Amino acid sequence: MLDDTDRRILRQYQATPEAPFAELAERCGVTATTLARRIERMREAGIVRGVRGVIDWSALGYSVEVSLRVTLDKSAPRSFEEFLEAAREVPEVLEIQTFLGQVDVRMSIIARDLAHYQSLYREKLLALPHMTDLEALMHVARLKSDETLPL
Amino acid sequence: MIDLDATDRAMLRALSKDATLSAGALGRRLGLSQPAAWRRIRRMRDAGVFRGHRLDLDEGALGFGVTVFLGVKLAAKGRASLVDFERAVQAIPEVQTVEHILGMYDYRLRVVARDISDFERVLRRRIMALPGVGSVDANVLLSEERRPGPL
Repeated sequence: MLDDTDRRILRQYQATPEAPFAELAERCGVTATTLARRIERMREAGIVRGVRGVIDWSALGYSVEVSLRVTLDKSAPRSFEEFLEAAREVPEVLEIQTFLGQVDVRMSIIARDLAHYQSLYREKLLALPHMTDLEALMHVARLKSDETLPL
Repeated sequence: MIDLDATDRAMLRALSKDATLSAGALGRRLGLSQPAAWRRIRRMRDAGVFRGHRLDLDEGALGFGVTVFLGVKLAAKGRASLVDFERAVQAIPEVQTVEHILGMYDYRLRVVARDISDFERVLRRRIMALPGVGSVDANVLLSEERRPGPL
């Protein structure tokens, strides 16, 4: 189980995952050795999965981001599995979430511009199986995206 | 906008999974010298390809059993308080992401909670108390996958 020191370390670590361990250790009030040992232990326990690099797709020329909310035909026995398998084949799909609620699946999709989105939509997204309803929400701005946990 | 070759793309794929990889380690993987790998990373960094780092934690193991996506619509008379709403919503620790979108509602929030009753507390005391908030619709996350994207 985690103690207060572990939580303090996680709070600092998730606030600045790129900070050198020496600096993190100082902020947590522990030695660098203790910090490294505790992070290693949390890594082994699967609590810390890793540090991911977050790509800014707009810097790579993808200026359009759309959230597609999908309702699936639940009368087909394998509708979820087949839909998800097909959605994974579309490279522009960045995230796939399944829900309990009015919406079954949400996908986050990027495109170079609106014309590119339109062709993606017609050729790849509308071809995904078992959809009964589909709704697109256009992304305007990201105000908060650190995805930290309130530890 | 930056142009990437196949080697850059392979590096980006690797760094998005593990941002702690050194230039030396990346170079060995891709058959580049450490300085050559470092120059490529530097070039991508300078072009703003990385939005930052994200510590990937096992939410469940840390006691956060529930993630909910909220679609928030502002009340018609609350339009003037857009700035107040945006400032206040970002300050809620349980709110992990805030996106401004165009479509059937105004903002999408990603909210984490320990369990459903904890979520209810966040919803009633924090979200519904935000200035200008109108209707809120909620979808409880069942599963999530992040894809590498078009690299």
